[in-house]
Amino acid sequence: MIPEIGHFMLALALAVACLQAVIPLVGATRGYSNWVAFASPAARVQFLLVLAAFLTLVHAFLTNDFSVAYVAHNSNSALPAAYRLSAVWGAHEGSLLLWILILCGWTFAVTVFDKGLPPKFAAIVVSVLGIVSVGFLSFLLFTSNPFDRLIPALADGGDLNPLLQDPGLIIHPPMLYLGYVGSSVAFAFAIAALIQGRITAQAARWIRPWAIATWIFLTLGIALGSWWAYYELGWGGWWFWDPVENASFMPWLLGTALIHSLAVTEKRGSFKNWTVLLALATFALSLLGTFLVRSGVLTSVHAFATDPGRGVFVLALLGGVIGGSLILYAWRGPSTFAGGNYEPVSREVFLLLNSALLAVATATVLLGTLYPLAHEALGLGKISVGPPYFNVVFSAVMLPLMAFLGIGQFSRWKSDSLIRLRKNLVYPLSATIAAAFVAVIMLGGQKTIAAGVGLGFGFWVVITTLLGIRERCQGRQHPWFTLFNLPRAFVGQCIAHLGFACTVIGVVVASFYSVDEHQRLAPGESTELAGYEFHFVNLRTYSGPNYRATQGNFELRRDGKFIATLKPEKRLYHVRNMPMTEAGISPGFTRDLYVSLGEPLDDGAWSVRLYFKPFVRWIWLGAILMACGGFIAMFDPRLRSPAVARTEAVADTSSAER
Amino acid sequence: MRYVIPLGAFIVLVAFLAIGLGLDPRYVPSPLIDKPLPNFELPELGTRHSRITTADLAGKPRLLNVWASWCVACRVEHPLLLDLAKSGKAAIVGLNYKDAHDDALAWLKQHGDPYERTVFDEHGSLGLDLGVYGVPETFVIDRHGVIRYKQVGPITDGALASVIMPMLEQLAGDK
Repeated sequence: MIPEIGHFMLALALAVACLQAVIPLVGATRGYSNWVAFASPAARVQFLLVLAAFLTLVHAFLTNDFSVAYVAHNSNSALPAAYRLSAVWGAHEGSLLLWILILCGWTFAVTVFDKGLPPKFAAIVVSVLGIVSVGFLSFLLFTSNPFDRLIPALADGGDLNPLLQDPGLIIHPPMLYLGYVGSSVAFAFAIAALIQGRITAQAARWIRPWAIATWIFLTLGIALGSWWAYYELGWGGWWFWDPVENASFMPWLLGTALIHSLAVTEKRGSFKNWTVLLALATFALSLLGTFLVRSGVLTSVHAFATDPGRGVFVLALLGGVIGGSLILYAWRGPSTFAGGNYEPVSREVFLLLNSALLAVATATVLLGTLYPLAHEALGLGKISVGPPYFNVVFSAVMLPLMAFLGIGQFSRWKSDSLIRLRKNLVYPLSATIAAAFVAVIMLGGQKTIAAGVGLGFGFWVVITTLLGIRERCQGRQHPWFTLFNLPRAFVGQCIAHLGFACTVIGVVVASFYSVDEHQRLAPGESTELAGYEFHFVNLRTYSGPNYRATQGNFELRRDGKFIATLKPEKRLYHVRNMPMTEAGISPGFTRDLYVSLGEPLDDGAWSVRLYFKPFVRWIWLGAILMACGGFIAMFDPRLRSPAVARTEAVADTSSAER
Repeated sequence: MRYVIPLGAFIVLVAFLAIGLGLDPRYVPSPLIDKPLPNFELPELGTRHSRITTADLAGKPRLLNVWASWCVACRVEHPLLLDLAKSGKAAIVGLNYKDAHDDALAWLKQHGDPYERTVFDEHGSLGLDLGVYGVPETFVIDRHGVIRYKQVGPITDGALASVIMPMLEQLAGDK
């Protein structure tokens, strides 16, 4: 009975979503104020209905209701409770429901924090989100109902995919979805701006925290996924350029471009069309990511639910929503975007260059991801595009980006001179080169030139960021007071840039200086890697709740001194009869040591993989710093105070619409 | 004009995705089509000493069906193979891939045995030569022992009616 209630709630939610999609929009364009006022209650009711449906599905999982087909396929009575919860979004139907819940959650939040917006504008935003919701609720109800019954019920379920039975994977999908779906808010904002035919500085200011929040969730979601791949898949890699990884990375790249372009639109009234296009494209790529995962057009570790019927539906959804918005852009764009002027050398130009570079980077990733598909669609046969392409092309775009990022720190708004910039850049440039030299010598090894260049660009970002802070405080009456009272948006910006540099340094060192070995080892034997001694002490077997594990016990020593015990495991999950590896990792700030068990060989020996991964933690540490920076910037009071926003808006609109 | 460019790019993208939907991402063309079967000499399943070689598969067109007792998808296509063998329209040779001898025999006893003979490829050496990357797979072999077609995954009614049977009939007519 309870699952049927959930199903009914979804049907009601679809009805409410239809009303929410139409009534406020018509009200805003025709000027019926009570129709405009319908937006907020509709969005809230829809959220509560979807939440109720979601909770009934959670209930079905927690009570092991194997008469629900989705539960029977993705859970098991022996599955620990925490994983039964995460199994709710462990496959297609449930994760789609989570997608919709998050969309409704974002819409709900919009109705709570819409004080800084004109009511009509806010109503259009809510309507557009309603349209997206209609599409996805129909997709869920008509092709992938999570509440379908299985009669007769199974005695026990088919279990959650063991790959997903991991603490990191409990929060990775919700984080990523918060980011994916969050981009719908900026999308709805852009549509509202196009419909109204103008973007005021006030509206641009209102959208900034939303764009940043979306970006934070994407940053954390991607970092979590990368970290999970590193410790769970057992081959020591942290990024594979897998199509679905790319699908999450592309909205991140464009989202990064968007928050930078928005800053200019808000402060200087420039780049309006670029900002709007970025907002549309970010959401388009989020939908494209959904399409790639759900339709089965590409093979990937993530491609569950490969059902062509569903694929057609998502493609129609993608075509309708994004195609429609781009038609609107082509039609209304020319009259919407006017105003804002800047000189060829100014901070605006560096920001524009970098957001353009981010868009180019996105295009290269998109090209690499879809090239095999296009190649086959044109009847040219099967090919695959792998890391060699992505690594080369992507770094080629990232290096100039980092160079401009550094120069941009010193440049002034509106107009600057090359001579002044050149004078200011001599000192940081020489400091960067010196630092890169020292670092390469300290790290030793072979591939020094490429590593030195990569590290140099990372250091360049660090040094210019720090000097940017100094420039801001220097010459003030109380430099220290200024330092501790810098605007939060600026502090956040600096922390995020330092985080970016941190990730770059981690990527460069881990890529160029990692050492690995694939060895045959029996208990009692030892081997050496990068100056560390790995001693294989013994093996034991034990039973987990739904698996049997063989656990190796390795002692790690350096110069005879004990450092850590590593316990890599090989697990066999009963229900799906799937083997899994759990790596044994000794984490460290400057290096990770990593052991994973391969296959048992004859006479008690095992094939063992050993890795020495210097600075690999910096990759994720940088992501955390970026997210922190975003978090601080998001709560800059200047972005939130509606009173200030309203008074300034009057002045700004006149200047912006010059 | 420049405001229309994104729309144009998007339409091209959607067109490719729409074509892509109609393609099977798991389909990998086999480089072995129109090449002779790799040479092999392996034990026959269910016998003590009898062995099967490449030469045994020549003489008339046959299907070579790769299966294993641990393979769930093999159960899906098995009734089709049984019907086919019973009707006498096709001769089928089994290739038991990376399996245990007793498990394989028990499986055939339980589900029925459509095979003329079954090659017992315990270590997967012939499977490797044939480029088997998922079980089940089925090869159409002509009378000269040349591979003419490869079906990846279970044989479906559609594939049987539209590709495999017409090809077998044509091969039976050829000299």
